[in-house]
Amino acid sequence: MAENVTPRVRVPSSATAGEEITIKTLISHVMESGQRKDSDGNVIPRSIINRFVVDFNGENVIDVALAPAISTNPFFEFRATVPESGTFNFTWYDDDGSVYEDAKEVTVA
Amino acid sequence: MKLTRRDTILAAMGTAFVAMLPMRAAATTEDAIAEFTGGTTPGGEGITLTAPEIAENGNTVPIEVSAPGATEIRVYAAGNPTPDVATFMFGPLAAAQMASTRIRLAGTQDVVAVAKLADGSFVEARQEVKVTIGGCGG
Amino acid sequence: MKTYALAALIGAVSVTSALADEDADLVVNGDLEIAVRAPAPDHVNLPEVLSGWLFRSDETQALQTDDFDNPGMIFVDDARETWASVEGAAGESCQSCHNDPESMAGVRPVYPKWNEEAGEVRTLAMQVNDCRETRMQAEPWGYTSGKMANMEALLASVSRGLPVNVAIDGPVADTWAMGEEIYYTRYGQLELSCANCHEDNYGNNIRADHLSQGQTNGFPTYRLKNAKLNTVQDRFKGCVRDTRAETFSPGSAEFVALELYVASRGNGLGVEGPSVRN
Repeated sequence: MAENVTPRVRVPSSATAGEEITIKTLISHVMESGQRKDSDGNVIPRSIINRFVVDFNGENVIDVALAPAISTNPFFEFRATVPESGTFNFTWYDDDGSVYEDAKEVTVA
Repeated sequence: MKLTRRDTILAAMGTAFVAMLPMRAAATTEDAIAEFTGGTTPGGEGITLTAPEIAENGNTVPIEVSAPGATEIRVYAAGNPTPDVATFMFGPLAAAQMASTRIRLAGTQDVVAVAKLADGSFVEARQEVKVTIGGCGG
Repeated sequence: MKTYALAALIGAVSVTSALADEDADLVVNGDLEIAVRAPAPDHVNLPEVLSGWLFRSDETQALQTDDFDNPGMIFVDDARETWASVEGAAGESCQSCHNDPESMAGVRPVYPKWNEEAGEVRTLAMQVNDCRETRMQAEPWGYTSGKMANMEALLASVSRGLPVNVAIDGPVADTWAMGEEIYYTRYGQLELSCANCHEDNYGNNIRADHLSQGQTNGFPTYRLKNAKLNTVQDRFKGCVRDTRAETFSPGSAEFVALELYVASRGNGLGVEGPSVRN
């Protein structure tokens, strides 16, 4: 597992039924591109988060494939519809097989 | 216009640079797009790519793509060692077919966004982003 | 020769300067106003002091207006965990003595400052390490290490918006004077002083870089270039290196003096750390 990987997400805690909300996510990760060399001239192997998925109550919002051209500490902003109270699940998939998860509940008043 | 020796050398260098360097990457990008679109030429309407005209640093360049009704948007950087940047697939609970992120650009180049619309057609937007090379930014 | 070198560098004016929004005001999270311009203190040879934030492009400026968009805040979160973690033989954490990090509001703006007991000018990094060694009996952190940068960012973040206000007289007067002398001394093969760029030519371009006044109110700063927090003395090192000089070491008497002097040039500017720069 890559070091110091911490996900952060920003989701409003409440919404009205069917409301469209903006979600922001940020995860600390070096996103080693595989293009860089160390001081001895050896290529530093690629090590990135390659996929990011957001679901709400099991239904998909967005599914992103990331290439090494995504910057260190990957940031995403997107919009989701909240049909009812429930939970957003955020999942990041690392090249090394690690999976990082976060979840946020939203209450529909 | 008076052409000095310096101008001539610079012009020659510029031509060589344009002719040689970006072509390979550009060809790869066009190949990647053709693979996505099945060889059809994408339209130019219905997709927006927002990127800075000039990026202060190529390491972190904010971009936004939006294509109402798209099922999928792919982003390419035509001048990077590999052109793929990201693929966004939108599920049923996406309130808009848009996303923002931050990307790496190896130098001044075209950023290209291609969207697949619900009817199976494709649209494309592209924009040149100038990447400044720092003075004392070190 | 020295004039030519700088003229050649500055001469390469690029279009980036057109992008910087020098009339912008910095408001973070919609309600935290941070002073990015202030009247020049009497000891500063500038018409007005300006934060480096004003010299950045719209996109870079925007990254600092919302804590979620500011990648530097990741490291503040990391330091919050460190703050509460017990380390060292004494079984203490930062929290044990200081309670919440918020209790440190007002500390960052007055550093570097005189420490009467030790009889020396201390930077925040020196004070943090003194706490670690003396109070916690823990290993000191490297002066510009990631752990130190993160802790400095946490300490800055709880003081955001408070005006920089370092003392320049009394027991620090000698150190301050030494810092001033370094600021105006030309170093390196390019024979450039801090003042040549940051006092004489701020607002101009040095190749593609838009020169700022070199203020330190934004440190530590998250740089897009290396995607991590950078401490102020690390930045000094980079600047001196770019004059093609052997640089002073972070933590050296010279850089401590320079940090005090440069901080005093920004008295009145709001603390921004962790800021976002190119």
